[in-house]
Amino acid sequence: MTDILIEPQHIQCENLDQMDQVWTRPVTLIDRKLHYCPGCGHSVAHRLIMETIDELNIQETTIGVAPVGCSVFAYHYMDIDMQEAAHGRATAVATGIKRVLPDRIVFTYQGDGDLAAIGTAETIHTINRGENIVIIFVNNGIYGMTGGQMAPTTLPGFVTSTSPNGRDTHTMGYPLKMAEMISVLPGAYYVTRQAVHSAKSVRKAKKAILKAFQYQMDGKGGTSFVEIVSNCPSGWKMTPVESNQYLDDEIFDFYELGDLKLPPKESKSE
Amino acid sequence: MSEKLLMKGNEALAEAAIRAGLKGYFGYPITPQSELLEYLSHHLNNRGGSFLQAESELAAINMVYGAAGAGVRTMTSTSSPGYSLMQEGVSYIACAEIPCLLVNVVRGGPGLGTIQPSQGDYFQAVKGGGHGDYKLIVLAPDSVQEMADFVYLGFDLADKYLMPVLILTDGALGQMMEPVTFPDYDVEKNKVDHSSWATTGKLTSRSQNVITSLHIEAEKMEDINIHLQKKYKTIQENEVRYEAINTEDADIIIVAFGLVARVAHKAMENANKKGLKVGMIRPITLFPFPTEILLTLSKKVDQFLVVEMNAGQMVEDVRLAVNGKIPVDFYGRMGGVIPQPSEIVDKLIQMDSSKTHSK
Amino acid sequence: MPLLCNFRIQDNVIHYIFVMAKIKGHVTIRTKNCKGCDLCVHECPQDSLQLSTALNTSGYPYAVLVNDTCTGCTNCALVCPEAVITVFREGKKKPIAILSHVTENITVDITS
Repeated sequence: MTDILIEPQHIQCENLDQMDQVWTRPVTLIDRKLHYCPGCGHSVAHRLIMETIDELNIQETTIGVAPVGCSVFAYHYMDIDMQEAAHGRATAVATGIKRVLPDRIVFTYQGDGDLAAIGTAETIHTINRGENIVIIFVNNGIYGMTGGQMAPTTLPGFVTSTSPNGRDTHTMGYPLKMAEMISVLPGAYYVTRQAVHSAKSVRKAKKAILKAFQYQMDGKGGTSFVEIVSNCPSGWKMTPVESNQYLDDEIFDFYELGDLKLPPKESKSE
Repeated sequence: MSEKLLMKGNEALAEAAIRAGLKGYFGYPITPQSELLEYLSHHLNNRGGSFLQAESELAAINMVYGAAGAGVRTMTSTSSPGYSLMQEGVSYIACAEIPCLLVNVVRGGPGLGTIQPSQGDYFQAVKGGGHGDYKLIVLAPDSVQEMADFVYLGFDLADKYLMPVLILTDGALGQMMEPVTFPDYDVEKNKVDHSSWATTGKLTSRSQNVITSLHIEAEKMEDINIHLQKKYKTIQENEVRYEAINTEDADIIIVAFGLVARVAHKAMENANKKGLKVGMIRPITLFPFPTEILLTLSKKVDQFLVVEMNAGQMVEDVRLAVNGKIPVDFYGRMGGVIPQPSEIVDKLIQMDSSKTHSK
Repeated sequence: MPLLCNFRIQDNVIHYIFVMAKIKGHVTIRTKNCKGCDLCVHECPQDSLQLSTALNTSGYPYAVLVNDTCTGCTNCALVCPEAVITVFREGKKKPIAILSHVTENITVDITS
């Protein structure tokens, strides 16, 4: 990249009207400025879910459950019916909705505090019952909304506002690998861990989310669990680019990406 | 009207709920209301609803929040320690203005307590229980028949005012068996259309329905609170229910609710046989509290005696209503002990002999 | 300008179809909502994006398309958290020239 001494002007294209538009933001992603920090993975995750809802044409039958955390205002950006759950209880709320409206598509969107700390019981039992819902778990190893405290998923040695000397596993325990834990439950139908830090990983994550919602529509049973390992530039005190590099350098060694559990037919054909 | 059946209180309540069009039940076993859960687990799935035993009361109340937010008749039931767990969820439901039915079959406390009946959760039920300025409509049955009747009333009030309604009963009423008849109730006719706010899937013809209790701007939150308070004021003006017995010619009025009202009723009869002039007010709605009738009576009678199975909770509301005009005395048993009529008669005699004739 | 040659055999005619080797693409960016996170700049394989030095009304520098080598690969749009990028790409490649050769004996040898 060259040094910029003059202000770069956006290149215009003369024959734009002859070109095909190959990508634009999904319709169901409300055109509203996102409150997330620059470079935050939440924003990309929101967009991928709304792309999925657009493509599967399920806006009219989808109900989402928002968590408490950075994405507490998810319903400001997702143009679907949504319920705001108490901290940790999103999967219980989703269970309630799905049990009385079984033909609707129900999903929860939760962070690491919501799903892996205060909500662990609800998470495990919802999946244990094999509720036919989608759980989107955004794991960035920190509590963003409340100012950067340690999360159950924070890596050992990582400095946060409540682990100022780095996470000491002797006194603060080890990070929870939620995807691994719940993949052993028979009620878990599809368990995968994805990322949204590069174009390549975004393409894979999109496929995974699309599969998860498709499985719910097929209704063959069981919970689809998509863990998205994300950055938190503000909490990690890095630039967005640095934080995504950190994912590559450190985080993915611990939270390995890939499918942990596939539905029966798919795993046979692998 | 169904034929007369002999049923346990808990089961009568459950049967009434099914007949009232219950669509979703989410609960957790706890003595003394597990029969309610069990009855619904046997019957609800076959009779138009969905039963789920949740992993905890925490989960159960949030499942109620979800299902009721989808606009269908939903309920949960529990006992005192479980109801404490539910307070966060109740606060959310009250703020988000979602109709649902809650049942607390009260047992002795505090703490893990006993499984014997008590009225120690009055404050929790009537003054909020969870955080924030909110109220629930609280119905206090005194018989198995009322355990059933108040389910229909509760659901109708919940749908009308878009709020949780609590049936505050106790372990004895839950366990006792009495004859009960179920009214003819047309579920479809009594169904209220909640499609304007319920999350059922955003049709292209409308904007998204969002159920939330989060309103970050203080002014917006105040508006919400003002709206809630207006609602509670309307309820106070229109939905007070109580039973007045022998109040025309009384010197002393007993105020008691639920199970204790039955004991007090007997005590009143016995005391009147001994020459005292005792009447009774049995609040049926604990919120809205029957303040007006108590105020009216305070200008005619000498004293009030409030009898409860607790350390003195409803007595405070009676004192507030009476506003110092006449003495309000209290008699209570705690920890799950049910007072006997003779104890109340003794108290009445003591009050009658020590009163000063101020009229 | 690099060209690609595809061919089509129809009866006794070989058509040689010449098209542009490189796909042309373009992006538009709603700079008002850009937060200058720099991810698209790093993700672009053509080095076509840079951050401005000026700030938008929210106080962020914003992404700018600085050359015409964009191929419309959509990498930038995929990583963009704010979904402010729209991607355009030239459609099915229009032939620049077609050479048609009428011939009697046509044999095709697939050697690999």
